[in-house]
Amino acid sequence: MPLPSYALGVMDASVYAPEVFARGLPSTLRQEQQPQGSGEPAGSVAAAAAPLLSLQGIGLSFGGVVALADIDLSVQSGEIRAIIGPNGAGKSSLINVISGVYRPDRGHVELDGAVYAQVPTQRLAHLGVARTFQNLALFKGLSVLDNVASGLAYKVRSNFAGQVLGIGLSRDEQRDSLSRAEQILQFLHLTAIRDRLVGTLPYGLQKRVELARALVAEPRLLLLDEPMAGMTASEKSEMAAFVRAARDRFATTVVLIEHDVGVVMDLSDRIAVLDYGRKIADATPDEVRNDQRVIDAYLGGASDNEGTSSNEEGAGI
Amino acid sequence: MTAISSDFSSVPVLPKWIVPVLLLAFAYGVVPLIGSSYLFEAILLPFLALSLAGVGLNILTGYAGQVSLGSAAFMAAGAFAAYNFNLRVEGLPLIGSIFLAGIVAAAIGIVFGLPSLRLKGFYLAVSTLAAQFFVQWALTKFSWFSNNSASGVIDAPRLSISGYALDGAIGRYLFALTIVTVLTFLAYRLVTSQTGRNFIAIRDNETAARIIGIPVLKTKLLAFAISSFIIGVAGVIWAFAYLRTVEPDGFDLDRSFQILFIIIIGGLASIRGAFFGAALIVVFPLGLSRLGGFLLGDLFDSGVLDMSQRIVLGALIILFLILEPDGLVALWDRIRRRLLFAWQST
Ligand SMILES: Nc1ncnc2c1ncn2[C@@H]1O[C@H](COP(=O)(O)OP(=O)(O)OP(=O)(O)O)[C@@H](O)[C@H]1O
Ligand SMILES: [Mg+2]
Repeated sequence: MPLPSYALGVMDASVYAPEVFARGLPSTLRQEQQPQGSGEPAGSVAAAAAPLLSLQGIGLSFGGVVALADIDLSVQSGEIRAIIGPNGAGKSSLINVISGVYRPDRGHVELDGAVYAQVPTQRLAHLGVARTFQNLALFKGLSVLDNVASGLAYKVRSNFAGQVLGIGLSRDEQRDSLSRAEQILQFLHLTAIRDRLVGTLPYGLQKRVELARALVAEPRLLLLDEPMAGMTASEKSEMAAFVRAARDRFATTVVLIEHDVGVVMDLSDRIAVLDYGRKIADATPDEVRNDQRVIDAYLGGASDNEGTSSNEEGAGI
Repeated sequence: MTAISSDFSSVPVLPKWIVPVLLLAFAYGVVPLIGSSYLFEAILLPFLALSLAGVGLNILTGYAGQVSLGSAAFMAAGAFAAYNFNLRVEGLPLIGSIFLAGIVAAAIGIVFGLPSLRLKGFYLAVSTLAAQFFVQWALTKFSWFSNNSASGVIDAPRLSISGYALDGAIGRYLFALTIVTVLTFLAYRLVTSQTGRNFIAIRDNETAARIIGIPVLKTKLLAFAISSFIIGVAGVIWAFAYLRTVEPDGFDLDRSFQILFIIIIGGLASIRGAFFGAALIVVFPLGLSRLGGFLLGDLFDSGVLDMSQRIVLGALIILFLILEPDGLVALWDRIRRRLLFAWQST
């Protein structure tokens, strides 16, 4: 369920207090909200079995190029689901469809029981979905801390006049969002650079700041488009550890696009493989590893693939 | 400031409020005692009005990233609205007229900001020209706005606050200074608030801003409204305190460009930058005419002055765009850091 924003006022004093947060607010918060959220129809009965995210018959083309063809996908709550495939297979397009950046020509997206022809981007954060981008999409003119705090912009309810005069809700909101952002920075070991402008940071750190901005909203669904691209091997394993820790700590469901097969096999619960816009496999890492179609389309040529993309990915594997 | 000031790690940092407070103490306590009426009339009053207009445009363009060529239209709207409120609403105090004039300018700003929901960059800039031409046309066409005066030029009302007349040069200076100080302080609070961060987010990456739940359309229109409010009040200062006449001609496209140049030269996304830029724009032609008169004598008439002013200013803007895109503020910060560093290491 989306974090109900009306609950914010009620929780201001107790749950959102920094000291509670330090003891692990996110899980407590989530447990408290679950019953509230599933009060909506369809949720409660099937909640255990129904997938958090499911795509049905998604088709998308650009002019003559078929980016996605008849994709079905179903992601269970709490899982880390990888999406792999050669360049141009349609992976980013799929995430853009899930986050409403693209409207699919056919099919629909079901998020937590609600069905959309196009996911409403403007309400995405309220629906509990956060994402990162293949090419960095940070706010260069803001500090690391402000970038991360901006991930909480969706729940700000004070207006500009209150903020300018420092009255009403605005002070509490400001304090809350900064303290939550600080917590996430600590979690991702970014505290030392909190006041730097993000534009001045090396690429790998910017990627991590973008993860922090997505995580600070404590999303139920986290979409990561190549979070480890361009990183060294050690940065990659650090990032993989962060993704896993985020899932464990925030009970977040993760959809992850990644080219590094080693990382993917290690990190994910299930893997979907795309090729020319079609899903050619969807199974556990072991099954995917031994799937002949996948080997032919992607893994077999993985050395080529790494070869072609190594310039953008940097040395690492 | 947010976008520019990077790290001051190596030098001792004064508390942020010290410099502004010292400057204000000087502006209120010392300048009125020592300033000549030339200083007030020819330098400080236009400087204050243009600085405030620069602060307003910087909120829209520097922070929220929406280019506008309509600033002078909002100044005109403010000036004429204040004139008419003052004229037609019995018993409304001057400050009330000025505030309502800001609201009128803000409303017009929202209307002409609507294209920003679909247009960006160059196309948006061109569409804001519509505001420029429309407002000027309306003010000339409908003589009601200038109380049916034959020439379209009208005397501004005399400035007074609760019966206390502020007609002299010093009075008008203090009046302008106070309004500029208050609005600049509020603008500073705004750009460092959550709303200010939303402005920057939309400027830097609109898609990401939308994804994290910033209400993009609402925030853009808010930027237009607030910016136009401030620019509208700047227009009132321009007309009431500086020129002491209200006329559409002074608010033409040249003026819009002048304000844009102020924030480019001073520094985009910097409140201080507007003051730096306005100082340069106001002082520079005066200096140039002195220098030209000194070097060329009678040859340097007003036509030559006007031309050389445009040429030098144009060259200056190009130089800034190439060499110091972050403006005078960045230059100043670098010099200051270097001086402090040199002073420290001795
Ligand atoms: N906005 C767009 N306009 C036109 N074509 C697009 C657009 N987005 C994607 N495509 C096309 O759709 C196909 C799938 O692209 P997509 O970016 O989804 O691939 P990908 O699997 O993410 O590739 P990569 O591994 O290189 O990131 C490609 O042929 C691409 O050119
Ligand atoms: Mg991609």
